[in-house]
Amino acid sequence: MFELLGIPPQVLFGQLLLGLINGSFYAVLSLGLAVIFGLLNIINFTHGAQYMLGAFGAWMLLNYLGVGYWWAVFIVPPIVGVTGIVLERVLIRRLYHLDHLYGLLLTFGLALIIVGFFRQFFGVSGLPYPPPPLLTGGHNLGFMYLPNSRAWVIVASLIVCLATWFIIEKTRLGAYLRAATENPTMVGAFGINVPLLVTLTYGFGVALAGFAGVLAAPIYAVNPNMGADLIIVVFAVVVIGGMGSILGSILTGFGLGLIEGLTRVFYPEGSAVVIFVIMALVLLVKPAGLFGRSV
Amino acid sequence: MKKMGFILASLTSLLMAGTAHATDVKIGVLNDRSGIYADIAGEGSVIAAQMAAEDFKAADKGINVSIVSADHQNKPDVGSNIARQWYDTENVDVIADVPTSSVALAVNEITKEKNKIFLASGPASSDLTGKACSPNTVHWTYDTWALANGTGSAMVAEGGDSWFFVTADYAFGHALERDTSAVVEASGGKVLGAVRHPFPGQDFSSFLLQAQGSGAKVVGLANAGGDTINAVKQASEFGITQGGQALAALLMFINDVHALGLDVAQGLVLTSAFYWDKDDQTRAFSARFQERNAGQKPSMIEAGVYASVLHYLKAVEAVGDKDAAKVMAKMKEMPTDDPLFGKGTIRADGRKLHDMYLFRVKKPDQSKGPWDYFETVATIPADKAFRPLAEGGCSLVK
Repeated sequence: MFELLGIPPQVLFGQLLLGLINGSFYAVLSLGLAVIFGLLNIINFTHGAQYMLGAFGAWMLLNYLGVGYWWAVFIVPPIVGVTGIVLERVLIRRLYHLDHLYGLLLTFGLALIIVGFFRQFFGVSGLPYPPPPLLTGGHNLGFMYLPNSRAWVIVASLIVCLATWFIIEKTRLGAYLRAATENPTMVGAFGINVPLLVTLTYGFGVALAGFAGVLAAPIYAVNPNMGADLIIVVFAVVVIGGMGSILGSILTGFGLGLIEGLTRVFYPEGSAVVIFVIMALVLLVKPAGLFGRSV
Repeated sequence: MKKMGFILASLTSLLMAGTAHATDVKIGVLNDRSGIYADIAGEGSVIAAQMAAEDFKAADKGINVSIVSADHQNKPDVGSNIARQWYDTENVDVIADVPTSSVALAVNEITKEKNKIFLASGPASSDLTGKACSPNTVHWTYDTWALANGTGSAMVAEGGDSWFFVTADYAFGHALERDTSAVVEASGGKVLGAVRHPFPGQDFSSFLLQAQGSGAKVVGLANAGGDTINAVKQASEFGITQGGQALAALLMFINDVHALGLDVAQGLVLTSAFYWDKDDQTRAFSARFQERNAGQKPSMIEAGVYASVLHYLKAVEAVGDKDAAKVMAKMKEMPTDDPLFGKGTIRADGRKLHDMYLFRVKKPDQSKGPWDYFETVATIPADKAFRPLAEGGCSLVK
């Protein structure tokens, strides 16, 4: 049987699949960031906190109202999206005419406040979220045991990523959105409500974060810091893919998940930094990112 | 405002110096207040220190205790800066707690250099009383050797003679892996491999898959807090235990079990220095503590902060002075006695000795409710629970 650098192929396949699953989280989260940055020019540092809100939303539905996981998948993202819309209406929209840095500072501050609030009430150890019966157990694929919960993550995020890409790149609504980013005044002159479009876009980007949070709830500990750990990596993914590029963020999300997965086999100590090394290299060669258009 | 308070405090201490009765003692509780160890130490340790000062009735005995706290964010550089600032400009006499071994080893050095006192309750690395031992440090609650000796031997005795470690990649994880490997090998077992994961981690699937592939009978988790919670949760997801491998959470706190839920945590064997439901005294303390700490029962680290501060204050009272050398000598000379750990002693290398306990996490139907989580498997007597004095390589031991 052939071996690659001393690693049997079964192990390698398993790790590749796991990488792809982690990549799903990166893809959904970086997609939300890319949509928001591409159409609003806001660097949304609250994204990690909104991902955490998604997971807590699922937990609260289950524990306070007895509403299960499958309902949460549909109910929580819109709710998290609405909280985003409120933030956009009340605070973020006041910064559109200012430099990116102001938006970054505001959203970063908001993230600290939201996380601090949850930490105060729920502590940092996290809360148990039992997976629904359909997601417990798993299948033996021969080269690894794949839990149903992870298989579901990969399927759900692929569907959501493709649907988002389709809406933005292939539909009339998406065309309005893209036009509104290019030239808001002109699009407004055609009778389209540009501020509403922008608000809804932000809400949608945030809902994607909430969706990733619901997916994470049965897998990771539901705790206030869960987003803070992830968001830095996701930002690196967005930068590598090219800020604002929809397809770029999806492909880079999955791709970097794979690379990180491989690093965990060959040099686990380096798995926390490999993405940042790649980011530095990409920025040296293509400053606009792999899929970005240089401005 | 802070400066003003400091000036006032210095003035008062100048005035007091003449009377020779009142001693001002400033205790700095340094730990993780926002990250993955904030629930096992954090604000709870500050509350524990306050309770120790109150229960000791320090004020009635002419000792004015003030307690400050700070967040070291699990980063040695941040922790070192705070420790230096506390000792140099804020007149802190004692630093207590300090979970996260890498930070604790740094604070250990600084405390020795400044000739102050370090009451270590949070950190695990047995190096604190081994090659890094210091005349200014007491290592109170537990250490990696005791964990390895407790959980490691128990698992080998149950037939778990081949191990694979999933280790947090910093001083603590390395020490725990080293000490457990030694126990496993000494009992005739084998270590098949180890994987070091970044600290803190979130996704452990890849490391667990490697552990699964190793075919080891026991997967040893040499990590703590949020890392252990995530690893145990995901081990159950990937069917590690269903596949016939046993999981050894080498350091597990009651708060971790609370966060995991008994469905996932049941059956885990763990070593601990303290359990709130041990006897009437621990129950009484824990009930008072729980009221002040947002409904959380004390972890063994928080219990250790209470007991170590209490013992320190007794020593200050006995000496009638807060001179570090004199107080340390007194602390090691006097037997310890407190409601949480019972009677004990502090060894020349700074190691506090008391019984340790081997617990098993209850099944959901055995538990009467929240926090009723452990059943006692064995009590490891104080003289067997910690590394023999001669084997640590501490330079203080002649």
